Amino acid sequence: MTQDFVQLWVYLSATPLFGLTATLSVYLVAQAAYQRLGHAPWANPVLWTVLALAGLLLATGTPYPTYFSGAQFIHFLLGPAVVALGWPLWQRRAQLRRRGPALLAAALAGGLAASASAVGIGWALGLPGDVLASLAPKSVTAPVAMGIAQQLGGIPALAAVLAVLTGLVGAVSGTYLFDVLRIRRPAVRGFALGTASHGIGAASALQAHPDAGAYAGLALGLQAVLAALLMPLLASWLR
Amino acid sequence: MTLLHGLAILLLCQSAGEAAARLLHLPLPGPVLGLLVLVMLLQWQRLRAPAGAAADALLQHLSLLFVPVGVGVMTHLALISQHGLRMAAALLVSTWIGLAVTALVLNSLLPADEGRAERRAAPKPARVPPGDRPTSASDEGSA
Repeated sequence: MTQDFVQLWVYLSATPLFGLTATLSVYLVAQAAYQRLGHAPWANPVLWTVLALAGLLLATGTPYPTYFSGAQFIHFLLGPAVVALGWPLWQRRAQLRRRGPALLAAALAGGLAASASAVGIGWALGLPGDVLASLAPKSVTAPVAMGIAQQLGGIPALAAVLAVLTGLVGAVSGTYLFDVLRIRRPAVRGFALGTASHGIGAASALQAHPDAGAYAGLALGLQAVLAALLMPLLASWLR
Repeated sequence: MTLLHGLAILLLCQSAGEAAARLLHLPLPGPVLGLLVLVMLLQWQRLRAPAGAAADALLQHLSLLFVPVGVGVMTHLALISQHGLRMAAALLVSTWIGLAVTALVLNSLLPADEGRAERRAAPKPARVPPGDRPTSASDEGSA
């Protein structure tokens, strides 16, 4: 009987069905818990889903590529999702035009500060060059961060992980930081979350206030375009 | 059907973006160029409803899409055990710096009265002009 279960597990865990099913169901459970806990920032569903799935894979000795063969169907949607960011940008085009200079200045200052401080601190602490190059695009949404890291000579897979972790830091701690700084306007909070912690920060902003969500979406689209355009230029210029 | 049309539009934009990035040797990732293509195509009234529906559906679950990459953290355990604390320090502090700088710069540049008017108007979505309406994802609460 146990033998049968072991064989069944070995079979199922090697099919794409496993990765896809596990990702969706663990995420739904984490999402339900998040809702029940009143959207407490520390209960962030991405954080707990990632921890639970990584723990499950390590405990069962399932290799990441086996998991990814199923999870890639979800991962693939990141590309169209980046394209989809054009929609909230277009919807808010009137505001964007009116507040364009202020938003652009904030996006440039924030993006540059985040990237430069990450590389600066990492360099001061003695991190190797390829890790630094993977840290540089960490405030940009994961699929774009991977492309930028590749151009900078970093490790794309590591850059994606660092981007996701950055998103989680922003989503979990952003609210407290803004309270300390007495930043109350939802639009400003949302824009900062989208700039410094991309999609995961934007998702948490969306939960707080519709205005915050719209500005976060706008900021993350803007940051993706700005970083993709400027970072390779800046890097070649600094070398 | 609207959703399928919309998804096809998004994929076509992404394909156009990927093709442009390869053919013109642009340093931009394909999806980012696809975003710009979409913004241009949205001038066309007929595309707005389907593209908007698909975009809202995708963005509503945006955080789910980061899970597969996030789980990849397990493949970097060696690198993390070696540099983990230093990477965490760089990550934490730089994210707070990024958040604070963006928020403080924008807070000082946006006129204060505009922000107050916005907060008053926010609970009544009916008064927001149609073009500026937040995406439907915002009232789902499941993104």
